[in-house]
Amino acid sequence: MAEKKKWMPRWFYQLASPRWSYEIMGKLLPWFAVAAASLLAVGAVWALLFAPADYQQGNSFRIIYIHVPSAILAQSCYMLMAVAGAIGLIWKMKVADMVAKSCAPVGATMAILALATGAIWGKPTWGSWWVWDARLTSMLILLFLYLGVIALNSAMESEATAAQATAVLALVGLVNIPIIKYSVDWWNTLHQPATFTLTERPAMPAEMWMPLLVMVIGFYCFFAVSLMMRTRNEILHRERRASWVRELIEKQ
Amino acid sequence: MSFDSFSDFLAMDGHGLYVWMSYAIAVVLFVINVVSPVMRRKQLVSELIRRMRREKNAS
Repeated sequence: MAEKKKWMPRWFYQLASPRWSYEIMGKLLPWFAVAAASLLAVGAVWALLFAPADYQQGNSFRIIYIHVPSAILAQSCYMLMAVAGAIGLIWKMKVADMVAKSCAPVGATMAILALATGAIWGKPTWGSWWVWDARLTSMLILLFLYLGVIALNSAMESEATAAQATAVLALVGLVNIPIIKYSVDWWNTLHQPATFTLTERPAMPAEMWMPLLVMVIGFYCFFAVSLMMRTRNEILHRERRASWVRELIEKQ
Repeated sequence: MSFDSFSDFLAMDGHGLYVWMSYAIAVVLFVINVVSPVMRRKQLVSELIRRMRREKNAS
């Protein structure tokens, strides 16, 4: 019997198995937790105590070390949610649906954090908590997209239909991501342009952007921790009738 | 070190309220993101244990 041609690497097919995913995430979790805790601790001390104050904004500039990583994460998390949703739609992969569902609450908190720290930073810098600026408005839309995904997912009785509907919403909302990214170039805005780009050196000195980079990586590790914990819960819940879950519970 | 004293560090040249508020919100949201999945896991496991016990008693 000819084996069906496999187009994707082996781990991609293994990911389709809830049990394999549950176990691999259980093995990865402690490493990511240690990395996240140490990077965030080092980054926060560096950011608060050792980074120099900005010559224009003074010490309020230290908010950047929370604001920029959370804004980056809110967008990365959204892209992951949409991609996982698409994989779930195309390959009918249950684990991808669970990842997409688990992305929404983490991403929503990151969007809230970016908006809240932005507002707090705006007060001493622009003199206002909120302006209807393109960057701020598109970020607010991102938060509403997350809330929409969460609401739509919980409103549906069937898990399969809920996953399909939220995947479509997430994919439609993907159009917002380039709008957020280029909003500072397309419209006149108060918001400063991106700190990190792939092609140019950061416009700030190394002692300012290095702690920021540490914080960004720490935020990514933390996101991985929260996402894996939520996805494992989701796997336990949906596979509750499977024999391997029962064996796992009996061992406890 | 960018500060001469601990009170300087807290004051952040008059921006202390803004800086500390931002970091406090971040800490709260991070804690929520860890505690809520941990609680959910506990709830799921106890539900599963109860269900398995019920099935054992029924059979």
